[in-house]
Amino acid sequence: MASAQVNPTRMELSRQKKKLVTATRGHKLLKDKRDELMRQFLELVRENKALREKVEAGIAEANRNFVLAKAGVSDATLNAALLAPKQEVYLEAGTKNVMSVNIPVFEAKTRTPDEGDIYPYGYAFTSSDLDGAVKSLSDLLPDLLRLAEIEKSCQLMAIEIEKTRRRVNALEHVMIPDAQQKIKFITMKLDENERSTQIRLMKIKDMMLEQTYHYSEREA
Amino acid sequence: MYKAAVIGDYDSIYGFAALGLDTFPTTSAEQAAATLRKIASGSHAVIYITEALAAELREELDAYRTQQLPAIILIPGVSGNTGAGIAMVKKSVEQAVGSDIIFNNQN
Repeated sequence: MASAQVNPTRMELSRQKKKLVTATRGHKLLKDKRDELMRQFLELVRENKALREKVEAGIAEANRNFVLAKAGVSDATLNAALLAPKQEVYLEAGTKNVMSVNIPVFEAKTRTPDEGDIYPYGYAFTSSDLDGAVKSLSDLLPDLLRLAEIEKSCQLMAIEIEKTRRRVNALEHVMIPDAQQKIKFITMKLDENERSTQIRLMKIKDMMLEQTYHYSEREA
Repeated sequence: MYKAAVIGDYDSIYGFAALGLDTFPTTSAEQAAATLRKIASGSHAVIYITEALAAELREELDAYRTQQLPAIILIPGVSGNTGAGIAMVKKSVEQAVGSDIIFNNQN
């Protein structure tokens, strides 16, 4: 039992009481943090799921289009057409603080001001299928970036929730009961000491009175 | 200023080049791991990787899970959807909640 290690003193008692107050307060705060994180996480993860389904369907569609486009022209023509990309995507990565989790926020910028400027080839040697394929993928890009943002946020929040949950559990099931038990032990020990001092004093008083007045002799 | 990259087999990712994403076509896990290490160290904030390749790089990807950047996102390749992308989301839910309450073991 852990209580065997504490000194039953008033100083230790007040220290344990302070510890209990801090632990209880921390427990309450962390529990609130966990609940709020969980609420936001669930919201985010639902969006994540919906977006991922949409993006996966979109990519499958785009892939189909690309396969079609590839079937129409020779490999060499296709490679040449896509060899030198005209467009370039730059990301500005900021952070947003959600319950002490820093989640990323991406802002996309393209090299040329016109975002629709995506065809890095002339139209003479390629089929219109390729145009369609590139377009379908290009339409998907904002969703893809949003997915990256959300999915990363979900991962980071999941880690934070796990950590917070462990802390809450440790406080609730270890720190707080431990402090309470120690306080109980010290209080009982102090009370016991006080009683024994009291009894000792009463006994001594009796003995002193007996010595002075010799009650027992008179009664006899 | 960061960039976005795509790693995967050539057929799955060549279209992304037209959009202005950096593409790193490869089919070998070792080469992909080397590329990943190189581009994850600062130049790219978002890295899309095909599910097929990600399946072989599980440990590498797990290491990046806890970091704020880069965000590594699985995308289905041309050979089809393996469900690994959704599984990653599921993993997050399980980690946070303790059990899967969003997908209800659909897949």
